[in-house]
Amino acid sequence: MSSNIVLKRGLDIPVKGAADRRVMREVEPGTVAVNPTVYKGLVPRLLVREGDPVAAGSPVLADKDRPEILFTSPVSGSVKEIVRGEKRRLLAVVIESDGKGTAVDFGACDPSSLSREEAAALLLKSGLWGGIISRPYGVMADPSVSPKSIFISAFSTAPLAPDTNFSLGHEVEAVQAGVRLLSRLTDGGVHLCLSAETYSASPFHKIEGAIVHTVSGPHPAGNVGVQISHISPIRRGETVWTVPIQAVAAMGRLVLTGKLSLMRRIAVTGPAAEDHAYVEALPGTPVAEIVKPGENVRVIDGDLLSGRTLAHDGWTGFFTDQITLIREGNETELFGWAKPFRPKLYSSSPCYFSWLTPWKKYDMDTNLHGGQRAFVETKCFSDVTPMDIFPIYLIKACLAGEIEKMEKFGIYEVLPEDLALCDYVDPSKNDIQAIIASGIDLMIKEMA
Amino acid sequence: MAAENSTPRPGLFEKGGKLGWLHSTADAFETFLRVPGTVTRRGAHVRDAIDLKRVMIIVVIALVPAALFGMWNTGYQTSTLYGLGWGFWMCFWKGFLRVLPLYIVSYAVGLAIEFASSQIRDEEVNEGYLVTGMLIPLIVPVDVPLWMLALAVAFAVIFGKEVFGGTGMNIWNPALLARAFLFFSYPSKMSGSEVWIHAPKGVDAVSGATPLALAGESGVSALSGDLSFWHLFLGDIPGSVGETSAIAILLGAIILIWTGVASWKIMVSSIGGALLVGWLGCLGGVTDVPAWYQLVLGGFLFGTVFMATDPVTSAQTECGKWIYGFLVGALAVTVRLFNPGYAEGMMLAILLMNTFAPLIDHCVVSASISRREKRIRTA
Repeated sequence: MSSNIVLKRGLDIPVKGAADRRVMREVEPGTVAVNPTVYKGLVPRLLVREGDPVAAGSPVLADKDRPEILFTSPVSGSVKEIVRGEKRRLLAVVIESDGKGTAVDFGACDPSSLSREEAAALLLKSGLWGGIISRPYGVMADPSVSPKSIFISAFSTAPLAPDTNFSLGHEVEAVQAGVRLLSRLTDGGVHLCLSAETYSASPFHKIEGAIVHTVSGPHPAGNVGVQISHISPIRRGETVWTVPIQAVAAMGRLVLTGKLSLMRRIAVTGPAAEDHAYVEALPGTPVAEIVKPGENVRVIDGDLLSGRTLAHDGWTGFFTDQITLIREGNETELFGWAKPFRPKLYSSSPCYFSWLTPWKKYDMDTNLHGGQRAFVETKCFSDVTPMDIFPIYLIKACLAGEIEKMEKFGIYEVLPEDLALCDYVDPSKNDIQAIIASGIDLMIKEMA
Repeated sequence: MAAENSTPRPGLFEKGGKLGWLHSTADAFETFLRVPGTVTRRGAHVRDAIDLKRVMIIVVIALVPAALFGMWNTGYQTSTLYGLGWGFWMCFWKGFLRVLPLYIVSYAVGLAIEFASSQIRDEEVNEGYLVTGMLIPLIVPVDVPLWMLALAVAFAVIFGKEVFGGTGMNIWNPALLARAFLFFSYPSKMSGSEVWIHAPKGVDAVSGATPLALAGESGVSALSGDLSFWHLFLGDIPGSVGETSAIAILLGAIILIWTGVASWKIMVSSIGGALLVGWLGCLGGVTDVPAWYQLVLGGFLFGTVFMATDPVTSAQTECGKWIYGFLVGALAVTVRLFNPGYAEGMMLAILLMNTFAPLIDHCVVSASISRREKRIRTA
């Protein structure tokens, strides 16, 4: 039942700084953090104290309400520090590596022979369960639920996104094993979405045990939410799980070797990065060990549209597969909007002249390029949202906090990342993703 | 003391500063000259270079051909009617001197209110009035008394826009509200045949009826000679300042459509609606004016291109835009055909459809939702 989906609407932002297809170095872990803030819906409970010894795969945190969901250390060593923020909110458990590589043995197995319960138990105790994201709302998956289906997007169209064919091309076996393991968790099957442009060159098109779809079009064609809405839209009361492809590979390595191994290729990208290539590093590696950002540079975990800002002394997280560096645009520009030409800036709108140079890549910064206003131009939102929804009505329903309207306008089908381009194109400079996120939070609260 | 010293003193125009109550105004001038160094805090880390100031300035630029032509035509009409024999530049200069005060009043009154209400709401000044202020002088008769214009502008900005919360929140097009205010409050100055052409000092005003009024009275036979289709298209005819020249308006339309600032769907469907009703009118014997004349008569084209397409007050959905535009065109011509007392239907057609735009959108969105639910059910 595979299908080819052709999307027309969307936008590829022409920004400089894509990663070359090479590994520049391997980051030897000195300290690594287990970071609970990257999992939506997790209330963490600490299982270790400072000084406790841990092995790779031994539990460090658990979910407070569902204690079977564990979060484990990626390295062996000892707990160095427990970092808390405001109101004693747990930010990170920092583990100092001893370099010995001792690891908990979960037992290698053939994923096809596992029952649903066995497969779930393996993921729960190894700490990889947190890699499963449940839709609607994009929260951590509930182990007691059997989802309608599981979706994996094997490519990303986000600005400067890592090329999965390179970052995971050498791990097709692990991805295959991961897909087999995940298929034990659902009766609806695992859907794997590949880019139609690189389909024939992709090492993933031979993956078995999954329904393979090809998708073509500009960003957000690679977003799993957009793919779901075209393949099997989410109705009220249904649950669909999605798993980032890096997590699928980690699950595959777990069943192939019996050990937790999270080492992965992370793309270092962005106009302010000195060298654009991949590093091999563990999730939780300190930012400073991967990149050396300058004074006025923002470090982003993820892409330019929906990544989260990292402190220069912060840590990457479980989902990190890309680090983007970009200059802070905190300078004023004389007569900016009134100049006929602004060759250094990109605009998707014909009100500027970027359309004259379609081949050009731009050195972007974080300037807002204007002041916040009420919504005026709204057609631009639907132009970049290739889904069967009316973005402006969904946004307004979220602003008004009207549950019933949010439902009708498709809140179940979207996460903020799916409307990230609306943020980008809006001439009124509203923070659409934040509005959608607040709508989703309201839904979680009201529908619980 | 130390703690007091450590907090930096607010700048002159910052909140808490000496002139802090003027901070919206200071901010407006500041951001007018320089794009501020604000960086993204939430959401997408990079943003498009486009902002509302750029969108608005594009509309203003699109209006320039109509405004320049209107200035020349104002002088030309006076010169022709009173036999003054002015040359091209003299016509333009005299017209410029007549239109300039309208612009000064429009911008001074409108911007003053806009700044004051932004200050009261404690928001940044919105650039929406740049367009409204440019539009208003183009849709009034050139001899409108300035105090009336000031009153109309004040009414339109306060009751048409600010009470709803400013640009983006308004229901009706503010420029059209100003014209409607003038029309209903001072009908003698806004209609009839003596208001359209400026009379030089010391000369009694001579009748200079608009072709639209003449066509309403005596049909297509009135539209010949100096009022032939070509002249109507060129625009050297009596009428409101900026509405007469189809060529100048079409130049603006090209800019608006190319930049995507205004919807071509609304323009096309409005013209379609007008042609259809115009044709039906001919067919049914209501008028003998051919349908295509409706497009170049009166303020139809100006309204279609610059007023009906206002992104705030028009329909928001793409399907809704087709319906909205069609009804604007159809209603405007219907009013022309059946209301001999007031020949120009465009203003009321657009204001009425502004009112109904949310309803059109509601129907379109509801239909889409039920279709969507069906699709999901079968998926």
